[in-house]
Amino acid sequence: MKTDMTVDTKGLACPMPIVKAKKALDSLEAGQIMEVLSTDKGSLNDFQAWVKQTKHELISHEEKDGVYTFYVRKI
Amino acid sequence: MELRTMTAKELTTIVLAKEEIFILDVRNETDFNDWKIEGYGVDILNIPYFDLLDGVDDALDKIPDGKKLLVVCAKEGSSKFVAEQIVEAGRSNVYYLEGGMKSWSEHLEPVKVGELKDGGSLFQFVRVGKGCLSYMVISGGEAAVIDTARMTEVFEQFAREQGVQIKHTLDTHLHADHISGGRKLAENTGATYWLPPKDATEVTFNYEKLEEGRDITVGSTTIQIQPIYSPGHTIGSTSFIIDNQYLLTGDILFIESIGRPDLAGLAEDWVGDLRETLYTRYKELSSELIVLPAHFGKVTELGEGGRVMAKLSDLYQKNPGLNIGDEQDFRRTVTKNLPPQPNAYQEIRQTNMGKITPDEDKQREMEIGPNRCAVHDN
Repeated sequence: MKTDMTVDTKGLACPMPIVKAKKALDSLEAGQIMEVLSTDKGSLNDFQAWVKQTKHELISHEEKDGVYTFYVRKI
Repeated sequence: MELRTMTAKELTTIVLAKEEIFILDVRNETDFNDWKIEGYGVDILNIPYFDLLDGVDDALDKIPDGKKLLVVCAKEGSSKFVAEQIVEAGRSNVYYLEGGMKSWSEHLEPVKVGELKDGGSLFQFVRVGKGCLSYMVISGGEAAVIDTARMTEVFEQFAREQGVQIKHTLDTHLHADHISGGRKLAENTGATYWLPPKDATEVTFNYEKLEEGRDITVGSTTIQIQPIYSPGHTIGSTSFIIDNQYLLTGDILFIESIGRPDLAGLAEDWVGDLRETLYTRYKELSSELIVLPAHFGKVTELGEGGRVMAKLSDLYQKNPGLNIGDEQDFRRTVTKNLPPQPNAYQEIRQTNMGKITPDEDKQREMEIGPNRCAVHDN
């Protein structure tokens, strides 16, 4: 997937993955896509809930070798 | 003003003393609705931490000033993050829960149930966060632990403090809601691990068979643990009578509910056994026995000092699960509209059989959430 920004939060614990993702998202233009990498197991539920309440779009997410990747489109 | 930490033990003291505390739980809504801190004096509000990234002003309006405030999350990072902002906003008496809900799930509080007739005593270990109960029988320098929780160090430490040696560990049944520490505790202390054979057909380790008629003695003063075959929650479920005073019912009979028969996948088959145990076998026992279950589901089941106990005759009057006259109604109650199953219950059973050996982090994660072993949770 073509992304406009990558936010690497690997190794960081809650709340930092979402704190960093939010900062990055605030700097994007509408329509741009952000990729967030996280190794925090709790981030899956939190990420989904967070994006839902911000009204942006969680395009997809995947997990590979303990790394979660989230793709978010700014609305 | 500074942010203070609160340990799970300190929180347990507050909950059991029914002290007032306001809790701000900053986990996501799904996790909060699934499982949260409960208690008589607990007032709780859920606002996910990711809703507070731009500041805590909106939250402050909903948090009473002056009352003790505890911020909690899954592990502790997010609660600290939010609590620091609340302190910066000028609030005092603000705490965060050290180790988060993970620590809350693991804390065990030992309470004394009573003395035994020939000397010795019986302790209940209350796992307030998850609603699990373990027991230690102590007599003549020896101890037996029943339904040991995963945190075996707590029992070893307690035995050292009491100056007793753990000789036996017993499980009333193969647990599905938490990982048994019975086998590990037995290995660590050289004790014998006992399991009901009908629940142990697939286990990968050696154990002693818990069977009716095979009494177990603790100490020189012959405090007998007498096994009573009482199937229904599982096919092997076994109760114990200790010192002719106490009836340890495992997950068959609780204070305000009864055990569910479906966690090993055979609800329809085991309904009859459950009814037979509750309505016939237990009725033949002395009604003066004090029932000590392996779980509680609601804080209303916590008695004085956190003890969970009741006289068998009282339960026959008050427990709804013991007062369903019609067999078909009973069948419906225990097989239909059951609460959701405990988290990871299949993996937990596999772990307790010795078929899989997850690492400690994984085990901790598998046990997150309430026990959900009773038919009515609400």
